[in-house]
Amino acid sequence: MKILVAVKRVVDYNVKVRAKADGTGADTANAKMSINPFCEIAVEEAVRLKEKGVATEIVAISIGAKQSQEQIRTALALGADRGILVETDTDLEPLAVAKCLKAIVDKETPDLVILGKQSIDGDNNQTGQMLGALAGMPQGTFASEVNVAEGKVKVTREIDGGLQTVALNLPAIVTTDLRLNEPRYASLPNIMKAKKKPLETVTPADLGVDTATRVKLLKVAPPAERQAGIKVADVAELVEKLKNEAKVI
Amino acid sequence: MAILVIAEHDNASLKGATLNTVAAAQAIGGDIELLVAGTDCGAAAEAAAKVAGVAKVLVADNAAYAHGLAENLGLLIAELGKNYSHILAPATTGGKNVLPRAAALLDVQAISDITGIESADTFQRPIYAGNVIATVQSTDAIKVITVRGTAFDAVAAEGGSASVETVSAAHDAGISSFVGEELAKSDRPELTSAKIVISGGRGMQNGDNFELLYKVADKLGAAVGASRAAVDAGFVPNDMQVGQTGKIVAPDMYVAVGISGAIQHLAGMKDSKVIVAINKDEEAPIFQVADYGLVADLFDAVPELDSKL
Repeated sequence: MKILVAVKRVVDYNVKVRAKADGTGADTANAKMSINPFCEIAVEEAVRLKEKGVATEIVAISIGAKQSQEQIRTALALGADRGILVETDTDLEPLAVAKCLKAIVDKETPDLVILGKQSIDGDNNQTGQMLGALAGMPQGTFASEVNVAEGKVKVTREIDGGLQTVALNLPAIVTTDLRLNEPRYASLPNIMKAKKKPLETVTPADLGVDTATRVKLLKVAPPAERQAGIKVADVAELVEKLKNEAKVI
Repeated sequence: MAILVIAEHDNASLKGATLNTVAAAQAIGGDIELLVAGTDCGAAAEAAAKVAGVAKVLVADNAAYAHGLAENLGLLIAELGKNYSHILAPATTGGKNVLPRAAALLDVQAISDITGIESADTFQRPIYAGNVIATVQSTDAIKVITVRGTAFDAVAAEGGSASVETVSAAHDAGISSFVGEELAKSDRPELTSAKIVISGGRGMQNGDNFELLYKVADKLGAAVGASRAAVDAGFVPNDMQVGQTGKIVAPDMYVAVGISGAIQHLAGMKDSKVIVAINKDEEAPIFQVADYGLVADLFDAVPELDSKL
């Protein structure tokens, strides 16, 4: 079976992003960029399915500026077979991203599409579900376990009260949660090999996708800052403060 | 202008997050209608009719809507939602699962996890793990929104007298099915609505040591949470995770025990009214947001705290 994996270039998870002073956006200039952590988990899951003999081909897709090639190369180094970059300098919204992916799904006809459950920049948690709707495919979101058998995929999902398992007809969408797997590191030989793997570039216009912004960003601001409080000397003082000063117990 | 709120429920009763979402709908303004979709969900629908501020309850009682399967519910919400100016759901795993699916069917760019309302089309939401608050304006005809419960005070669960209407539409996409679930059972309050939350991190060292926290929690009527590190290490189950990608909490008091305070954890709890941190590393970033910090070995401090309460 063929698996599509979507990967997004985002500011590295260790970087503390701040609002620009003029309120026009987040200040990400010169920030370290990485593959979105949930997307990395998606790539790893696809690679494991290939190693188990379930999958035969993995196509990594990224949608973004030219530099997103780096994240596709990362996915190729981890074990994806080829890449597709949907190149655009516009910061696409999840619905437009889902429409681009839908166009690629129509062309590639994968059996499984694996995406991260959210990207750590926009924190939207929408793209996989939207792709499911547009492509008429079932979705296993927030996955902590994925098993493909007998023409279906069983997905165990992390939900508020615990875990839920659903069975989905193929082709299906899976979005990854943190505990699905622990991604491997790419080895140097694999990084070298990845440079030779095919990478095709298309544009949203080639795919017939309208990328007009639906939700306008009016301004950004820093969150209300918390002031660091005091250090207490011992448990007795802590209990005293909580009782008499904070009055929370 | 009418607002459709998707109720979160277990067929027998409403989940608390529904009440916060109705509060957000009130802040937008307009007639509020509550959709209760499930199987044998009459009791939940009755509870929904009593919620303050709700004009009408729509009940879609059908086997297809059991277990919140997004493939079926998404079709239902998209069909009903055409007649509303806004569709709101709690930003729980249930709401996050189904609402973007319905939004795409309506060709709407959804807005996730709002924490503030400026007008009927302009909202605030956190991005970059809550380090930036964005004000965004929707240009879509229908606004499809998930609501962060901790940002809106719940409306009263009683006092309303909404009319109840049955929705006969049965959407069964036939492409997914429920296999099973393992739900955590606990007598403690729910994490997202508890007045006090005590969370443990990697410093707890193992799952058994969480017993120390449970004891204190039971004395205080608190819920127990965990950092991602503690969940990843297998100390406790995933539904206890507080953080950017776990649960968002904002209790009156949050006690962080053996938690260093990564950005992603702070994103889930920094709106708590009072934050207490117990950590033996005095450089831990958690102390930068804590109102009361205690630099101590948690294995000494927590039992002592337990004895002094």
